[in-house]
Amino acid sequence: MPQTPMAAKPLLTINDMSIVFSSPDEADIEAVRQVDLTLTPGKTLALVGESGCGKSVTARAVLRLLDRNAKIPSGKILYDTGAGPVDIARLNSDSLAMRAIRGAEISMIFQEPMSSLSPVHTIGDQIDEIIVLHDRLNKKQARERTISLLDQVGVPGARDRANAYPFELSGGLRQRAMIAMALACTPKLLIADEPTTALDVTTQAQILDLLRQLQDDFGMAMLFITHDLGVVAEIADEIAVMYLGDVVEQGDVYEVFRAPKHPYTQALMNSVPRLMRKAERQRLTPIKGTVPSPKDRPNGCAFTSRCPHAFGPCAEIRPQRTMVSTGHTARCHLLTHEKAEAFA
Amino acid sequence: MVQFIIRRLIAMLLTLFAISFVAFAIIQLPPGDYLTSYIASLAATGDQVDPRVIENLRAQYGLGEPYLVQYWKWLAGILQGNFGSSFEWKRPVTELIWGRLGNSILVEGLAVIVMWFIALPIGIYAAVRKYSLGDYLATVAGFIGLAVPNFLFALILMYLAYTWFGTTLGGLFSPEFETARWSLPRIWDFFAHAWAPVLVLATGGTAELIRILRANLLDELKKPYVVTARAKGLPEWKVILKYPVRLALNPLISTIGWLLPALVSGSVIVSVVMNLPTAGPMLLRSLTTQDMYLAGAIILLLSVLTVIGTLISDILLALIDPRIRYGAK
Amino acid sequence: MAVQSMEQIVPVAVPRRTARESQFGLMWRRFRQHKLALVSLWIVAVFYLIAILAEFLAPVDPSDYSARYTYAPPQGLNFVAQNEDGSWHFGPYVYAYKTEIDPVALRRTFVLDETKRLPVHFFTESEPYRLAGFIPMSIKFMGVENPRDPFYILGADRLGRDLLSRLIHGTRISLSIGLAGVTLSLFFGVVIGGFAGFYGGWFDGAVMRTVEFIRSMPTIPLWLGLAAAMPKDWSALQTYFAITIILSLIGWTELARVVRGRFLSLRTEDFVTAAQLDGASDWRIVTRHMVPSFTSHIIAAATLAIPGMILAETALSFLGLGLQAPIVSWGTLLQDAQNIRTLATAPWLLAPGLCVVVVILALNFFGDGLRDAADPHGR
Repeated sequence: MPQTPMAAKPLLTINDMSIVFSSPDEADIEAVRQVDLTLTPGKTLALVGESGCGKSVTARAVLRLLDRNAKIPSGKILYDTGAGPVDIARLNSDSLAMRAIRGAEISMIFQEPMSSLSPVHTIGDQIDEIIVLHDRLNKKQARERTISLLDQVGVPGARDRANAYPFELSGGLRQRAMIAMALACTPKLLIADEPTTALDVTTQAQILDLLRQLQDDFGMAMLFITHDLGVVAEIADEIAVMYLGDVVEQGDVYEVFRAPKHPYTQALMNSVPRLMRKAERQRLTPIKGTVPSPKDRPNGCAFTSRCPHAFGPCAEIRPQRTMVSTGHTARCHLLTHEKAEAFA
Repeated sequence: MVQFIIRRLIAMLLTLFAISFVAFAIIQLPPGDYLTSYIASLAATGDQVDPRVIENLRAQYGLGEPYLVQYWKWLAGILQGNFGSSFEWKRPVTELIWGRLGNSILVEGLAVIVMWFIALPIGIYAAVRKYSLGDYLATVAGFIGLAVPNFLFALILMYLAYTWFGTTLGGLFSPEFETARWSLPRIWDFFAHAWAPVLVLATGGTAELIRILRANLLDELKKPYVVTARAKGLPEWKVILKYPVRLALNPLISTIGWLLPALVSGSVIVSVVMNLPTAGPMLLRSLTTQDMYLAGAIILLLSVLTVIGTLISDILLALIDPRIRYGAK
Repeated sequence: MAVQSMEQIVPVAVPRRTARESQFGLMWRRFRQHKLALVSLWIVAVFYLIAILAEFLAPVDPSDYSARYTYAPPQGLNFVAQNEDGSWHFGPYVYAYKTEIDPVALRRTFVLDETKRLPVHFFTESEPYRLAGFIPMSIKFMGVENPRDPFYILGADRLGRDLLSRLIHGTRISLSIGLAGVTLSLFFGVVIGGFAGFYGGWFDGAVMRTVEFIRSMPTIPLWLGLAAAMPKDWSALQTYFAITIILSLIGWTELARVVRGRFLSLRTEDFVTAAQLDGASDWRIVTRHMVPSFTSHIIAAATLAIPGMILAETALSFLGLGLQAPIVSWGTLLQDAQNIRTLATAPWLLAPGLCVVVVILALNFFGDGLRDAADPHGR
């Protein structure tokens, strides 16, 4: 599927990947099923969905940071190292090969800048560590790089702040430090797991700006996880919408926003408020019902229980990925059963 | 940091003051005063009692004067290094206790070190491999360590050593090294004796430390910063030792605050059972013979020891935890 | 003026059976899921039953001595044996002793005489005694046919006294002192901790400093110092109560801390604020609103405090400064085991130690279970 026509070679290709959580007393739960994603240098893919839809799990799977009880039973995570592709899904999570990718080739920033930084180590120490580890610099050189990184991500007084502990910094500065850490070894792929959710609105905008600017400078690919469609519009080139472990619709962000094909994407769009005069405002249409637990997920389309257009095959047969236009696909029976009671 | 230490020092001085008050109260508790017992003991051995000596002593301890005056005289004496004298040994208390107290500190200090050395690896293992066989074994051993009183453990160990190997565990030195100066053979002799009491003393605390460390570490292992550390590409063992273990240690260090009193308590009774030349047996003996200035001094010094140990642990905690050092939450 | 008494029709309120469950009902239901705690509860119950029925269960009086049987080894209790003619004997019995002279040490030692069986009977007649001090009885739980025959299931001590009987009576003293000490501590703890937690301010500060101070002191030296001050001529009962008081002088601190903590956290709860807005008096708020919501915690904390008390009594008595002979407690019994040579010849003297360990473990598990049941989200 030529998602990015004429563009550079994909950096990371996730093919048909599923993630299963097992627990001793319950049946296994398939948290992510058969997901395909492609990441390209210089581009940002936004992974969108409600909490619990599997977007964070997908991101963590790329770095093999899942808990011990999670398995990737099928599918591939092909990472292009430059010397040929490596299937991350088949690497041992604590192996040398995996650790050489983590932090150096692919790095990650997290939602909670406070709890994601160790409270008893200085910011500088925590950033130095990754530089010393991957680029084999000595402590002093590493600190110099740390300071210039902090400077680059807009931490004022970087030299002093490097000696500060996380609790001495504001939320925005902490997230900047986190970004500096992630970029310390100039990774080719940056995974951002809701990096702005815990911040207030103005800081949010600054951090998004920063990320965009850094992407221009470094040319890395970015996997951006969020539930906020506003953020998606601001930062993403492509979008993949997840619902209960399925990627229901994916494609170019303008395409998808302009003409969402999957009822869930449509519903998601309709639940976002728009800026309008009061008289012209329409009532928001929230999605009916609640997300079922992954245990009660229908065999077919996961959205069946809440879909206003659900019909015959939805509950039992899983819809195929259907190409809507170039690089825009969706998994919905409505697209293949056009003549059925579509959009009644 | 300096401010923190000063604050703690002031608090410690107040505690020491309170301790001295309690110790003096204990000295005063038995019916009759020191001098009466002293005269009685002299008379019992048939010695002539010189009335002038008695008058001097009466003045020195302020006997017959109000309680607070007596207390003040006692305290003033201590500040000048005079703890009064033992009527049983007929010598100043100071001459009697320092060697014993030194042994106490040695044995208890070693017990603290052994405790940490055993508890750290086991606690980390139990938390990282939660619900593994090793974890269950550690938990069971922990409960047994908690429920078997020190002195009972000492008795059992001595019994086993006696019936299996025909050796009597006990004491800290062989007779020929008892009063010798420290030398390599004496150190060797000391360790050959001290391992048993140190082990006995360390068990209860070790069990508790493992339990706390395991619980703390399980909490810390769930925190996001562990994932961050993994995402850096650090090897798993380094991730665990550098981050969650480091944080789980902080509450553990503050447990010294109550571990130490328990250890000092335990060492009194273990010393009696294992016949160690520490402060414990001397305290027991002085209490049974109502040699109160000696008993009071030992209680005072054991408590002071505990408080100083706690202070050291507080400072240690502040050193390794910036959040405490800077007074943040 | 006579008050007209009017016949009133009082509607009989029929109590509706709804699915409500009391706080303790809920707690019990959660507690039962805790298997280890449930087993522990039974163990604790059995031990306290033994303590109550001590005179009935103990085969002989704990101070009965017999110079003929010093350090007699445990006879055990057997049920099945093969007679000489090959037939089988069923029913409880013990073996008699025969003496041998150790050829090396020239010491008299007892060996079980496996040829001579002494049948054991249950509910045997005995000298009249008073159960728990007031119920007159003359039946013992078990005994050998002829009271002159030796009956030492767990062996004998230095004076030829029956260890089992002493252990049973020791159980009564050790367990009751734990309970009494905790009751007293609970009283002080609840009153002092309650005031500190409810009113706060300088009193709270003073109480907390005191608690911290006491907890920073090594307890055994302190207890020893206090216990040593007891006059030697005090009666058994006086020492018993004095020791209880000495133990609770330190024991109240932990309970006060728990109570205060509960009060502090409850004081800001909405339902307390609501009661205050309704104009309820402090007394009413405390007794009707706050205390019921943490009784279960206090019970759990108190249960967890009992082992400490028992251990403390055992330690003090073991050192000879707690309870004194002729009072029998686990601690005083263990005093006999202090000498390692004695212990080597009579290892059964460690039996009280086993009781201590079992009871401490059981009380700890039981208390843990109670705490978890009282507060399922607490941990």
